[in-house]
Amino acid sequence: MSGAVSLTVRRAQSGTTEPEWVRYTLIAVALLFMLLFLVLPLAAVFAEALRKGAAAYLEALKEPDAWAAIRLTLFTAALAVPLNLLFGVAAAWAIAKYEFTGKAFWTTLVDLPFSVSPVVAGLIYVLMFGAQGWFGPWLQAHDIKIIFAVPGIVLATVFVTFPFIARELIPLMQAQGNDEEQAAIVLGASGWQTFWHVTLPNIKWGLIYGVILCNARAMGEFGAVSVVSGHIRGQTNTMPLHVEILYNEYQSAAAFAVASLLALLALVTLVIKSTVEWYHARDSKDAADLPPENPNPQAALA
Amino acid sequence: MTLFALSKKHKAARVLPGFGITLGFTLTYLSLIVLIPLSALLFKTFSLTWEQFIEAVTGPRVMASYRLTFGASFLAASVNVVFGLLVAWVLVRYNFFGKKVVDALVDLPFALPTAVAGISLTALLAGNGWLGQYLEPMGIQLAFNPNGVAIALIFIGLPFVVRTVQPVLEDAEKELEEAATCLGATRWQTFARVIFPSIAPALLTGFAMAFARAIGEYGSVIFIAGNMPMVSEITPLIIISKLEQYDYAGATAVAVVMLVISFVLLLLINALQAWQRRFSGAAV
Repeated sequence: MSGAVSLTVRRAQSGTTEPEWVRYTLIAVALLFMLLFLVLPLAAVFAEALRKGAAAYLEALKEPDAWAAIRLTLFTAALAVPLNLLFGVAAAWAIAKYEFTGKAFWTTLVDLPFSVSPVVAGLIYVLMFGAQGWFGPWLQAHDIKIIFAVPGIVLATVFVTFPFIARELIPLMQAQGNDEEQAAIVLGASGWQTFWHVTLPNIKWGLIYGVILCNARAMGEFGAVSVVSGHIRGQTNTMPLHVEILYNEYQSAAAFAVASLLALLALVTLVIKSTVEWYHARDSKDAADLPPENPNPQAALA
Repeated sequence: MTLFALSKKHKAARVLPGFGITLGFTLTYLSLIVLIPLSALLFKTFSLTWEQFIEAVTGPRVMASYRLTFGASFLAASVNVVFGLLVAWVLVRYNFFGKKVVDALVDLPFALPTAVAGISLTALLAGNGWLGQYLEPMGIQLAFNPNGVAIALIFIGLPFVVRTVQPVLEDAEKELEEAATCLGATRWQTFARVIFPSIAPALLTGFAMAFARAIGEYGSVIFIAGNMPMVSEITPLIIISKLEQYDYAGATAVAVVMLVISFVLLLLINALQAWQRRFSGAAV
């Protein structure tokens, strides 16, 4: 009797899922793939970094050139991320809130830096500001260095991280529409108040998400920065470039020590990203659970 | 008259302030950072005659690099389609211990700097590495040759496929699968005839994104490739080595070829995404 019941239940379930052995095989293969391609490389970074012991690890990080590379990386990200944040918010506001001709075209152009090879991204700034570039002679006459100097590194980083925040915000703001902002304006709020009190709370998770990804790429960019940097030790080497130099000089443990900092940054990025996604899902669920006549959680609390 | 009325109506529809300043800033910034520098690339190419341009972009070393870059990128994107679909499927359909961690880990290639990925994969696969020490005696060499290029590109491209397929699988309606089963389909038939067609556009988009990213990839590849001319030299590296020989025009010519290809791929991806949206819209 009970056997017949369980058989029926199993038949009913089998319509929308697979037999147990198929499920476990698929999970096992997927996890094995992830282990080989993602977990092992990550683990190898830390294992190689600590191969010569903790003392050698700390020594490699305290070395003046490594320290200079860390400072330059932080400085570059501190400039590139706010610039692209400002652009991302402005672009999303213009594109999501209004209709204008050529909108689809401009939106595509915002994505362009993603599909350009990092090496090409570096090259275009060399052609603009390098010794033989458009502004090369003028810059030399005025003793301004952009290529093989810090400004070039910042420019190349801004280019490769250009779309990150804009592309998170544009679809989000398009989905939310203009109703709430229009209501705020009609009730007498200024444009700035509307943005600050109405739009920003609605887009905050997307904003944080974009900033985190933008920051991770800004600190980790290699190809574009490598073309414009000139690799001057202690001056124009970012952390990824410093890793390359150490690695090519067969200082493997030191290279992996600096690389382990970048790997930690990646892990922190992933943790923050997952947390943001969790909060975002919770907020949208709360909003969906509210009675339909009062769909705004802020309004419900007030 | 009607035109005037229309434009007036259009203006009146803009209740929200800030259109002029945000659009102005957006276009200025876009021009300064992206458009003007990219146009420098095109202008520099015009300093070459047509014959010189063709010679620069079809030299034997350059041709070998195209074959490697496109071949390895195609292979890597194909592997990513298979395993990306598998990972997305397992994450959406099944429950297992540590699923949240695995889900977060999928984005590792986005977050991990490419140079770090490059040296780490090399350390794993080189003759004395964790995996290389077992593979090399068996005659399998995965580092310092085209195999290494493909492996680095698989690492880089994985999240693209998973992250485009995952949301589509999550939104898929179970009712359709139940209906297929009620009508007598086996589970495999349901997958092949009901589920797969609904995720095919997303898979194709993921493939195109992984492929586009792989073609331009530099940081993770150069450490593991070995960079032997004619054998394991990728196209971005050709640009770098031309630059190091102060052959700016030659580097620019190759860069223009890559730029045109990435632009075509970008348009293709946009078209695919539009198709995918229509597709899922029509299904509902």
